Amino acid sequence: MKKVEVRTSLDNGLETLEELKSCVDVKDLNLYYSKDKQALIDVNLKIPEQRVTAFIGPSGCGKSSLLRCFNRMNDLVDDCVIVGRIEIDGEDIYKKAVDVADLRRRVGMVFQKPNPFPKSIYENVAYGLRIQGVNSKRILDDAVEKSLRAAALWDEVKDRLSDSALGLSGGQQQRLVIARTIAVEPEVLLLDEPASALDPISTLKIEELISELKKHYTIVIVTHNMQQAARVSDYTAFMYMGNMVEFDKTDIIFTNPSKKQTEDYITGRYG
Amino acid sequence: MSTHPEGHTDHISTQFNVELEDVKNNMLEMGGVVEKQITDAMHCLIKLDSGLANDVITQENVIDSMETSIDAECSLILARRQPAASDLRLVLAIIKTIRDLERMGDESAKIASMSIKLSEGEGFTHGLNEFGHLGTKVVKMVSSALNSFARYDSEEALKVVEDDLAVDSEYRTAMRSMVTYMMEDPRLISKVLNLLWALRALERIGDHAKNIAEHVIYVVEGMDVRHQGS
Repeated sequence: MKKVEVRTSLDNGLETLEELKSCVDVKDLNLYYSKDKQALIDVNLKIPEQRVTAFIGPSGCGKSSLLRCFNRMNDLVDDCVIVGRIEIDGEDIYKKAVDVADLRRRVGMVFQKPNPFPKSIYENVAYGLRIQGVNSKRILDDAVEKSLRAAALWDEVKDRLSDSALGLSGGQQQRLVIARTIAVEPEVLLLDEPASALDPISTLKIEELISELKKHYTIVIVTHNMQQAARVSDYTAFMYMGNMVEFDKTDIIFTNPSKKQTEDYITGRYG
Repeated sequence: MSTHPEGHTDHISTQFNVELEDVKNNMLEMGGVVEKQITDAMHCLIKLDSGLANDVITQENVIDSMETSIDAECSLILARRQPAASDLRLVLAIIKTIRDLERMGDESAKIASMSIKLSEGEGFTHGLNEFGHLGTKVVKMVSSALNSFARYDSEEALKVVEDDLAVDSEYRTAMRSMVTYMMEDPRLISKVLNLLWALRALERIGDHAKNIAEHVIYVVEGMDVRHQGS
């Protein structure tokens, strides 16, 4: 019997991982929070460029730890030791010469809880550019509008750009944070549970935004909502107890995964 | 990841276990009703028993309502549980299988109608051997297809897929016999045509049994083996 590939309406339905250019390349990665506490064990992974990759797995499996490695957020954790190699566009991001601030510009991150600055909507989006030294009002105006449009927020806030960002709804705040992140034109967007604090409609808006943004950015999303992973991602990685159990096309992971642990988790059998 | 023979019983949500087991059992119960329907249809044609034939035709409504009810159960599971992987394959296979079962019920009713026509006027005995022979093979296919679903046995299902080739060949042989009967005695043409439709219905039931076997392979192995020339 010949195995028949699952075909989808997605334009990338028949592509294979091997054919895609990888953006983030993780090689033999081990992460320790202390001597006794290893959070990631020999993780190997190639995250494809301009695709959405979802990390799923139970709490404490290491998916957020792995995500935070991609922009060296774990450097801020005391006693955290990372062994192995992570390359972004072929460059080792843990080598000494790397400017971490510049890395975090190239690899933007959005967290679970929207965290706008207590400033105006305009200043939130312009902030990243200002600290890069951009002061031209025309350039900033253009960048703010472009980013807010890309984050599907422009029409809702264009008449009140000088209002405080804290007056926006949770869903709008999260899209504002995404606009702030993409204003500095990153290559990779890391989304750590970006919609878990939002209502279903705002969640759908974020998901719609993700599918628009993947045309320009490589997106990695951590989510506990498996249906969300199934809806928004092209590739899915299932992690369990620090190990990368399975990484494949989302279509395959959710219809016919090859590992029993993955099957048990996505079908609600994991105990 | 293959479906385990013990099936869909170890979810954290015990209610989900119950729902999946229920819908599968209901489908198998419908399978049992259809199996009896096919056997009865064969019997009424071979014995030219128009009383039983009327029962078979009436029974079709029961099968139709079972299909509607199982369909509704599947829709609810999809809406409420958003099943994935082997659970999703099971629900999809059940939706397709009940459609095949319902069609088998329709074909059985056709056989019953033909048996009523054949029983009218003078008794007709030509070709009943061929019909009985083909019917036995088809009933065995249906039974094996349903058993393979009950046990998640993809090897048995594969045998059913292969058996369909033998049934198709048997059907062609029977057709040639029917043509011979018509050539030998043109007065029999209308009766033989009725039997021919009944043979055709049996052959279609075999095709539906093969479809069910293919759904079983999909559930168990996650492979779509339809339309591969077998």
